[in-house]
Amino acid sequence: MAKVTVDGIEVEVPNGASVLQACEAAGKEIPRFCYHERLSVAGNCRMCLVEVEKAPKPIASCAYPVADGMVVKTDSPMVRNARRGVMEFLLINHPLDCPICDQGGECDLQDQAVAYGMDHSRYREPKRVVKDKYMGPLIKTIMTRCIQCTRCVRFSAEVAGTSELGGTNRGENMEIGTYVEKALTSELSGNLIDICPVGALTSRPYAFVSRPWELRKTDSIDVQDATGTNIRIDTRGPEVLRILPRINDDVNEEWMADRGRFSFDGLKRKRLDRPWLRVDGKLRPASWAEAFRAIAARVRAASPDRIGAVAGELVDAESVFALKALMAALGSQNLDCRTDGAAIDASRRDFFLFNSTIAGIDQADALLIIGSDPRKEAPVINARIRKRTLAGRFPVARIGAPGVDLTYPHQHLGDGPAALRALLDGSHPFMEVLKGAKNPMVIVGRGALARPDGLHVLAAAWQVAVAANALRPDWHGFNLLHLFGGQAGALELGFLPGPRGRTLGGMLGGGVDVLWLLGADGFDPAAIGAETFVIYQGHHGDRAAARADVILPGAAYTEKDATYLNTEGRAQRAWLAVHAPGEAREDWRIIRAASEVLGTRLPFDTLEQLRAAMAQAVPMLAAPFAPRGCEDASGPAGNPSEMSDAPFAPAITHYHLADQIARASDVMAECARVYGEAPALAAE
Amino acid sequence: MSAVEHIEPTTFAFDEQSEAQVTKILARYPAGKQASATIPLLYVVQRQMGRQTGSAWVPRLAMDVIAERLGIAPIRVYEVATFYFMFNMKPIGRYHLQLCGTTPCMLRGSDDVMRACHDAAHVHVGQTSADGLFTLTEVECLGACVNAPVLQVDDDYYEDLDYDRTVALIEALKRGERPKPGSTIGRQTSAPEGGPLTLTDVPGE
Amino acid sequence: MALSDKDRIFTNLYGMQDWRLPAAQRRGNWDGTKAILERGRDGIIEEVKNSGLRGRGGAGFPTGMKWSFMPKQASERPHYLVVNADESEPGTCKDRDIIRHDPHTLIEGCLIAGFAMGAHAGYIYIRGEYYNESEVLEAAIEEAYAAGLIGKNACGSGWDFDLYVHRGAGAYICGEETALIESLEGKKGMPRLKPPFPAAVGLYGAPTTVNNVETIAVVPEIMRRGGAWFAQFGRPKNSGTKIFCIQGHVNRPCNVEEEMSIPMRELIERHAGGVRGGWDNLLCVIPGGSSTPLLPKHICDDVLMDFDALREHKSGLGTAGVIVMDKSTDIVRAIARLSRFYKHESCGQCTPCREGMGWVSRMMDRMVEGRAEVEEIDLLEEVTRRIEGHTICALADGGVWPVQGLIRHYRPVMEERIAAYKAARGGAQLPLAAE
Repeated sequence: MAKVTVDGIEVEVPNGASVLQACEAAGKEIPRFCYHERLSVAGNCRMCLVEVEKAPKPIASCAYPVADGMVVKTDSPMVRNARRGVMEFLLINHPLDCPICDQGGECDLQDQAVAYGMDHSRYREPKRVVKDKYMGPLIKTIMTRCIQCTRCVRFSAEVAGTSELGGTNRGENMEIGTYVEKALTSELSGNLIDICPVGALTSRPYAFVSRPWELRKTDSIDVQDATGTNIRIDTRGPEVLRILPRINDDVNEEWMADRGRFSFDGLKRKRLDRPWLRVDGKLRPASWAEAFRAIAARVRAASPDRIGAVAGELVDAESVFALKALMAALGSQNLDCRTDGAAIDASRRDFFLFNSTIAGIDQADALLIIGSDPRKEAPVINARIRKRTLAGRFPVARIGAPGVDLTYPHQHLGDGPAALRALLDGSHPFMEVLKGAKNPMVIVGRGALARPDGLHVLAAAWQVAVAANALRPDWHGFNLLHLFGGQAGALELGFLPGPRGRTLGGMLGGGVDVLWLLGADGFDPAAIGAETFVIYQGHHGDRAAARADVILPGAAYTEKDATYLNTEGRAQRAWLAVHAPGEAREDWRIIRAASEVLGTRLPFDTLEQLRAAMAQAVPMLAAPFAPRGCEDASGPAGNPSEMSDAPFAPAITHYHLADQIARASDVMAECARVYGEAPALAAE
Repeated sequence: MSAVEHIEPTTFAFDEQSEAQVTKILARYPAGKQASATIPLLYVVQRQMGRQTGSAWVPRLAMDVIAERLGIAPIRVYEVATFYFMFNMKPIGRYHLQLCGTTPCMLRGSDDVMRACHDAAHVHVGQTSADGLFTLTEVECLGACVNAPVLQVDDDYYEDLDYDRTVALIEALKRGERPKPGSTIGRQTSAPEGGPLTLTDVPGE
Repeated sequence: MALSDKDRIFTNLYGMQDWRLPAAQRRGNWDGTKAILERGRDGIIEEVKNSGLRGRGGAGFPTGMKWSFMPKQASERPHYLVVNADESEPGTCKDRDIIRHDPHTLIEGCLIAGFAMGAHAGYIYIRGEYYNESEVLEAAIEEAYAAGLIGKNACGSGWDFDLYVHRGAGAYICGEETALIESLEGKKGMPRLKPPFPAAVGLYGAPTTVNNVETIAVVPEIMRRGGAWFAQFGRPKNSGTKIFCIQGHVNRPCNVEEEMSIPMRELIERHAGGVRGGWDNLLCVIPGGSSTPLLPKHICDDVLMDFDALREHKSGLGTAGVIVMDKSTDIVRAIARLSRFYKHESCGQCTPCREGMGWVSRMMDRMVEGRAEVEEIDLLEEVTRRIEGHTICALADGGVWPVQGLIRHYRPVMEERIAAYKAARGGAQLPLAAE
């Protein structure tokens, strides 16, 4: 530790800390533009200059290491003069177009100008004008506003791992951009908007939409992948206007994936905003009462073992709990939540969770990825893996479709089970790498499990982890990477076939007479038997709704207080940001209301009561997250020798169109067009 | 400079002569540090273009070829190519007239040399002459200040110039001649005009 | 008393003789190099310290001390010697002569310096415009390899030493040692934050020392003749011989190796034929390359050419590029052209330099015409103060000092020009770009 005196306040900071960190420890705010905690230090903006006793010149506090006994002044005439100078230099070529700038009101430059700027300009020369750059459908550029802090360049090279941005030319002619006109190829590109301290990189969909002070801010969770990214939903009146990440070092640090950030225009399109009823083969609007009566008629007529329910990809735990309770009350054991048909064994929690935890990636020292493309399936987790690779000594290998750019170097072991077998019989040298590691990780994607031999693949993956000694009380190296925010929760709630129940496959093709789909859109509805009566409860008129006999309009994740379990098994709470449109209602309420009509009244009238019951049934959904090691290395049922030779197919082929909300979004459609992804559904 | 008005070639590959140079260049740097060869390879490209087309410049595609060869992101090559002043990012004339206009040359008459370039080569700064022979660039100090003013033609320095000698030089270039580089008044390199006053008593040859 | 030829190190400065190895050896290069290396790292560094040699690239840092910063213990990381041959400071053209006419002084110096700092490899970073010079240097290095002077078991010393030439491509900033390292690594030449210094984290993250060509090239003679021999020239702490580049409004511009601390007037009159039109026609002199503030004639009359004497007059020896200006000079334009140089050469990294140099340059261009208000001279001065000392490297400092020197010594000239401009236009308010 080093003792540092900042403006007379003595603080102790670790050796190697920067002067800026020492100043913050002393409660002194240091203005900065180029410095960002999660990026390398550039030291170029010169705004964070402070005075250090005995130093002839002010020093850049972001870059300068502390020394024991150092005396720092953050508010001396030398410092004030330096900062005023830097501010004046930044402003001479800045357009001062704040009134029409989307960064206005949340602009670092604007804020600092209030503190260090002058009330008039002394610059009487022509101002610089910089041509705007095209960076794709998500990022809008107004490059004359750029202050060349290079945060975006460093983000793209360091965090995103797609080195596409740079500073070309030099001196006052330096321009930030891609040089060759192109859309950025990162799934994390929206973060550039957040890290840009000025209005040079702004959100294209949010352009001229709102001012920050007009927005109501609601904490929520991104459900469009299974990372559990902590987000903030900004709304005005009934509309979601933008979504931003919140900081959670254990989950998403401060990043967020593009699909979760930019799909929300899909929340206004293709919405199910009133009940519908199929009459004479055609869907027509109906009242809630009519819809419930139609359901009641068919349910009463059906034998309990001919009733089934499927929970979808984006569902919240409360709704799943309510529907499970309703099915139990009706006497049905036909439940499933694995809409992709993944052979997940939920007999033990650690068979289906990301047990090493996301933050645990930092401690891992070897990684095997089986049948997953984390870059497409969980971009933020992929960035965490990349960060770990940058720290060095982290061999990564992958089994799956070849030619995948994960943004970090990795060894491709093969495209299917053969490679897995080679690891298990010790004939592939990467097994030795895993064995030699202290904390080896195995990540299995749902793409490797959603196949007839999925059970055996799962068992094989587990056995690799066993062989690598990755399953220990002090380290759990087995990880399942889910795709969407509702999947882990439904598994934890046991929304799965009972002892005599049917799986999704068993319910399809006429296996049941009544099929209740709770936002379930991950399978081909054409496989449902022609005679099956289909209830679709959800928020989007996507694939399955068109097949429904009754549509019950539900709430999207932005429209309800709800609990979600991320792929780690971390329970997180989302809050209602806007009300569901039209007659749509929160899903647990719909189920509660239906239960009354069905004569099987569920024992909770409020969300609190439901949650209390849910906490009793599944304590994990209410408990603080606690990562666990592996106490029992015996694995899921399955026999590796029965794996077929079929290559693992990617779970997500079209990143921007991978879920219902995204498929309703014009912004995502534009991305799919620009990035050459086939139009929605056609290829799926 | 991303606005491209000239025509970019649709292919680029190092020719045999360039490949030999690339091999030699890469050997200079430790394993894993091939990025060091960025500037040298840009030179190889520019020379090859000069050899093949009579215009020494760096096409965009060639930068991608360099990036691929060195295992670095193309943007890193674009950054380097546009940062350093000696890479021509668009085609130039057969002769690149690089006139130093910095103070030491200015004091010795670089204005006159500039005028001579206008008059004899019919070209202004930043332009290429209509006959495609000359591109004129005002460069910063060339580091030959005791022989000012200086005009660099491609690789060669022509020193101690004035208006008339510059015109004569340009006329010679037009005729396809390459006058001997160095002082145009017959000085012994950087020794004072009229002969060295020192180093008159040196053992050796 | 002027330096005699027998005490000159660069005996082929003008290229009167052949640069190749046999001729160089007849001039004394590569004489007893093995014995020099046998004195060991500490012995060499001690001798260099005794010589009082200070870096010849502009900053004047004691060379022996700089070498002693390199780690003593060998580790996994290699050590590198990097030679700064990016000679780009306006007014400076000395290293060019060493490279093209006396390359073996440099190559031998590289071996000795490299050995003294534990480096088995050296890179000579030469400015891209010196193409023909780099060809000579590469050929000379090949000769040295062929003769066993460098490479494996250099000079039979048991020390392996490889030497490479790396060309820059037109960027003054690469003369800054960390920008040079960045450039050598294949990046834009943007100076690094310090600490860490190159001796700890330099080229490829390894301990590195960057020295100027002339600094390295004088080392072999220092080792042969002794530090005391070198130290006898010049005043204490300013010792040795030095190549001066005398140019501008003199009768016979030239490079010359002279004794440090020689009076400026003597230097100009003895070697460059004096000021055009006589000493009394002198206006001012930029004594050490463009970054050093100008000195008006009354200071030039008796100032000595060394680090400390010039510093006393708020200027510096810099690279010893002596730019002489007679009374015909438009001094405002001469300095404005330097401002344009620094604007052009700013790397663009730090805000004050990137934005400020353009501002200064544009104001200076107006000052040349007189298209300004008198108060703007104060603004100009203040802008230079807001740039100075606020950037990662010293380019910005060197860029504003000439302007500060101009205002310090020639403010009346600037004011007169403004008045004349107004008078010619009937005293009207000035139309300015932003209005």
